[in-house]
Amino acid sequence: MRQNYAFLDENSKKEIRRKTLKAIAIPGYQVPFASRELPIARGWGTGGLQLTLSLAGQSDTVKVIDQGSDESVNAVNIRKLIQDTTGVPDTIHTDAATLIQSRHRIPEVPLKPYQILVLQVPMPEPLRPVEPQERVTKMLHADKEYSGAWLRLFEQIMNYDSITEDADYPVLVEGRYVMAPSPIPRFDNPKMDNNDGLILLGAGREKKICALPPYTKVKSLAFEDYPFEVESFDDVICRQSGLTGVYMDELIDEETGETYYQTNDTSYMQEAMNREGSVK
Amino acid sequence: MGYVAVKGGTKAISASVEMYKNKNRVEALEMEISQIKAGMAQMINQIMSEASLYDRDLAALAVKQSEGNMEEAVFLLRAHRSTLPRLYYSTVTNTREMFVERRVSASFKDIPGGQILGASPDFTHRLLDDTMTYSEASFEMTDADSYGYSLSRLPKVIDYLASEGLLNKVPEDNETPDDITKQTIEFPSSRSERLQSLTRGQTGAVTSLGYAEIRGYGYSSHPNIGEVRVGQQPVHIDPFGDGEGYFIGDVELTEVDAFMPADGDAAEQSKEMEFKIGCGLVFGQNETKAIAMSVLDYSLSHPVPGVATGDDEFVLLHVDSVESTGFISHLKLPHYVTFQSVLDRIRKTKGGTES
Repeated sequence: MRQNYAFLDENSKKEIRRKTLKAIAIPGYQVPFASRELPIARGWGTGGLQLTLSLAGQSDTVKVIDQGSDESVNAVNIRKLIQDTTGVPDTIHTDAATLIQSRHRIPEVPLKPYQILVLQVPMPEPLRPVEPQERVTKMLHADKEYSGAWLRLFEQIMNYDSITEDADYPVLVEGRYVMAPSPIPRFDNPKMDNNDGLILLGAGREKKICALPPYTKVKSLAFEDYPFEVESFDDVICRQSGLTGVYMDELIDEETGETYYQTNDTSYMQEAMNREGSVK
Repeated sequence: MGYVAVKGGTKAISASVEMYKNKNRVEALEMEISQIKAGMAQMINQIMSEASLYDRDLAALAVKQSEGNMEEAVFLLRAHRSTLPRLYYSTVTNTREMFVERRVSASFKDIPGGQILGASPDFTHRLLDDTMTYSEASFEMTDADSYGYSLSRLPKVIDYLASEGLLNKVPEDNETPDDITKQTIEFPSSRSERLQSLTRGQTGAVTSLGYAEIRGYGYSSHPNIGEVRVGQQPVHIDPFGDGEGYFIGDVELTEVDAFMPADGDAAEQSKEMEFKIGCGLVFGQNETKAIAMSVLDYSLSHPVPGVATGDDEFVLLHVDSVESTGFISHLKLPHYVTFQSVLDRIRKTKGGTES
């Protein structure tokens, strides 16, 4: 069957780019768009993929990661679709990419001004846990009425003496919109703040696009006496590479039954090991 | 640690794809598209309706490719739909011009134009017929008697009710309908957005929610089916906007008008009861879905507070096959990073060592 460049018809891509520009103009605001069905299932990254497909030009180099890995099932699948329909080159090296599509992680290597990071978003509405209705959350955002979001954190402190939000920890963008950063670990939240690249967030099933233009102020919600905390990997070392201070996967040694840790961002780990000349 | 290992994921995945395709190919090899089209027409009706793409050949191909998996077939067609430029909208089409193949009223025994039973499993006993296991196809068609009415000019039951003054007169709405495939639904939704979502809805989901609405939540009572009609509906386009319609073909449709006895308009402080209308209209012969759609059209236009089936967000955002199956199935994807984040929080609340 005949295949369009970047799968979608040109008008659809144009519409997505228009909505993306609007999102960039209003950092943190969820811009509705007419999300198209893709050959990848809804909930599997179709929001991010539509952004990537609408942006990928002949001069781009694409990197796709899932759970920090270039070789995870979904990353492989999505990269293949992008390549089959556009022919743009791909890379695993974060620095070499112009377009990075990611699920659940921001790479350990800081973004450069020439880079766009596209995040896949399952639930773009940070207020959904406190308010199921879209028409209501839209009004709450319009009124900057975020007491629900704050109370949720407060109640967690009351119940557990700590904020128990795990990944997808809500952020305040430019002091205006509360935004769901997508299910990146809290470890990655600070990377969004005042960063050099453009971050786009696409939710295909929920049909929303969000953007963080370069040098946007992004602050994780927290209280003075209960500050924001990232996942702690203070005492652990990557068994494979010896890296510290990065997000880790917790693994179990099949032989000894012991818990050990390994750098989650696999291309970062590989690059570090190559530099050391110790790649296995 | 399975398929997120540093290297080798790509290989394992392409081997899995290979295995799926081979298995699929071998088993489907014997089946011709024409056989699927003829022998699985009702499955194709459901798929076209949920995919909102009217193309029997492509639907049959989707059945073959997906090994008869409904959600996969719908998914394939929806994805294909995204590659097609949207060139035209059809002009307004009136179901009074439908070439009717089947038409039943549950409300009146005698309807102008008569009951036309057509082909339906409704009047059969559902006993497995083992003579079909091997038998060659053979059937005889008796010549139909000539019919007193033109089958493409049958009056509608709803018109009779209106002429009796029993129907809640709804002013004609000639606004251009919203198109949810081009503009996200905004809430509160418009009726055209509701009708479009429902007609694309997953057959099972629409049926279940419609069932809930009449069984005990919301309306909690029987609607009366004024008319179910199935037939061929002519479609025209007006590409130059000069009112010159061009016939582009017929689509098979199922249309349902459901009558819901209800209180008169509260605004008019009416003490009379009257009939309100629920509308169902779907691609292909999908009678149960069309009836359920008519129930939900009513429930969403006349919501009962606190009832989910009257809540447009609850119904419309959850009936789409591609969206619900996609999101449910994505739970199979690795969630190692977020799970690690959850572990971190749970350990913290347990007061143990954090890591």
